[in-house]
Amino acid sequence: MTAADSGLDGGIDPGADPGADMEDVPERRLSPVRLALRRLLHHRLFMSGFVVFVFVLVIAVLAPWLTSADPDKLAMRYRFLSPSPEHLFGTDNFGRSLYSRVIWGARLSMIIGVSVVAINAVLGTAIGAAAGYFRRIDNVVMRFNDALMAFPAVLLAIAVTAVLGPSLNDVIIALGVVYTPRTARIVRSSVIVLREMEYVQAAVAAGAGHWRILRRHILPNAMAPLIVQLSFLFAYAVLTEATLSFLGVGAVPPTPTWGNIMAEGRQYMVDAPWIITIPGLALMVTVLGLNLLGDGLRDVLDPRLRIQQ
Amino acid sequence: MTGIIVSRLLSALPILVIVSLITFAMIHLIPGDPAAAIAGLSATPEQIANIRHDLGLDEPLMTQLVRWYGNLLHGDLGRSLLLGQPVVEATMFRLPVTIGLSLFALVITLVIGLVSGVLAALRQNTWVDQAAMMFAMIGISLPNFYLGLLMIILFAVDLGWLPSGGYVALWDDPLHWLASMTMPAASLALLLAGLLARITRSTMLEVLRQDYIRTARAKGLPRRLVVVKHALSNALIPIVTVIGIIVSLLISGAVVTETLFSIPGVGQLLTQAVLNRDYPMVQGGLLIVTALLVLVNIGVDVIYAFLDPRVRYDGG
Repeated sequence: MTAADSGLDGGIDPGADPGADMEDVPERRLSPVRLALRRLLHHRLFMSGFVVFVFVLVIAVLAPWLTSADPDKLAMRYRFLSPSPEHLFGTDNFGRSLYSRVIWGARLSMIIGVSVVAINAVLGTAIGAAAGYFRRIDNVVMRFNDALMAFPAVLLAIAVTAVLGPSLNDVIIALGVVYTPRTARIVRSSVIVLREMEYVQAAVAAGAGHWRILRRHILPNAMAPLIVQLSFLFAYAVLTEATLSFLGVGAVPPTPTWGNIMAEGRQYMVDAPWIITIPGLALMVTVLGLNLLGDGLRDVLDPRLRIQQ
Repeated sequence: MTGIIVSRLLSALPILVIVSLITFAMIHLIPGDPAAAIAGLSATPEQIANIRHDLGLDEPLMTQLVRWYGNLLHGDLGRSLLLGQPVVEATMFRLPVTIGLSLFALVITLVIGLVSGVLAALRQNTWVDQAAMMFAMIGISLPNFYLGLLMIILFAVDLGWLPSGGYVALWDDPLHWLASMTMPAASLALLLAGLLARITRSTMLEVLRQDYIRTARAKGLPRRLVVVKHALSNALIPIVTVIGIIVSLLISGAVVTETLFSIPGVGQLLTQAVLNRDYPMVQGGLLIVTALLVLVNIGVDVIYAFLDPRVRYDGG
């Protein structure tokens, strides 16, 4: 990261097309970031996961323009229509367009995923870095962390939504409470190792303050496992939110989350199976894409944990 | 060995104290008046006052905390508002159901996960490996309630092979229990089998690369013997540590599976409690389940120490 910025990475012409020189330059002459990008581009599973993720993200952003029917609009005349050219994914028990509801569901899933990842990136990093760097608070923070991690994830999330109430924001907070301790633990273990590195000792000796050491020397080097964790976390967040909605403790109906659509369609699954199969498939493909993305990132960024050989 | 058990129990103590503190605090984190939230929108002020008094919410916080721990040490976690039954009794009554489901799912997980993981490692980069890993990837991406719904449509509705509900206790009718639990356990196990297969494969690959494996093969030992005796028995040691995580995920999954298949276990009990704002039940049930999980993890640690002499002689 730093070598590329200072132009010391082997004389690559900064003006050249990055795609062109990435093909020709031998790996050892590339900066770490370009090397990682190049390996990711050649990682087939990562690329397929990435394509799926971008596809869902684009659908989520463009939802208002991709759907003409209001996802919550009732039309009792059109109940239980099976998928057809006029009603692409069919209609549900209230005659609502399932196509609209699934597309808007993608938007909600992405909002939840991005929010939970953002909470984890900020709070998880802050807590993990503080615990790993300042030994005095490590014990207290980590015992609390361990206690939160001792609860089964879904049960804790349910209990938190029971306390806060069933709304999209509260679900995001609940998932933040459940998953931040796991992220903090990962950041902490990287920071503990990095804190003992000679270049960090050198920075201490040179009189750098705690904030500068953390920001310039430790955190940039702790990023790789964090990024890998956050990509899997995105998948967990989407999956757990759907679970909460399905149980009826997530965002209140008629909010078109995929879990809500499936919960409502459950009693009609014999006569109108598309109400559950289509959102379920959307959920599965999204999570699959995110898992592939995470696997690829881990292979490239964190080779110690590599599963694909 | 006793030393390890004692030291693990002692190190779990602070976690249990904080877990109980978090569950105690839960009811006080409800925005606004907890008693009004429990009573619901249509409650009269008298009803709200009654609930406040019954739950002791009208007393100072410290008094409540002292009483919470006092009762906890007597095994009293209050009374469920919905069932009118002591929380401990209600949970303990439902617990065997959840444990039965989880054990069944655990067996399926271990068989599928270990076999496919070992096969994938032995046939690395062949179609067997790729098929096993693709199966594992789909397994970890498939929400268990979605798989459960698809199984109900296929096996209960279309084919009529298995019942989609109707729980019977194991000791009343073992065959019926097996029939009614097969779909729930299988839908619960697939995700975890995928997880276990991936971990088993990478651990096996790691072990198979070791020098002593090459030595064993070079001195002419049959491949089967080397795989089972030298490789698998060593690969199992790190895999044991994953069992604790798997059990935790099983309990999380059981919440949904029990609701989906109408199985009267702890998961269904707690979901109903949340939906009916039965907070004493939510607090107590959560605490009991989590405490049991902590104990399971201690058990896993002890087994790990038993299997791996390095941990045993270091004293953990």
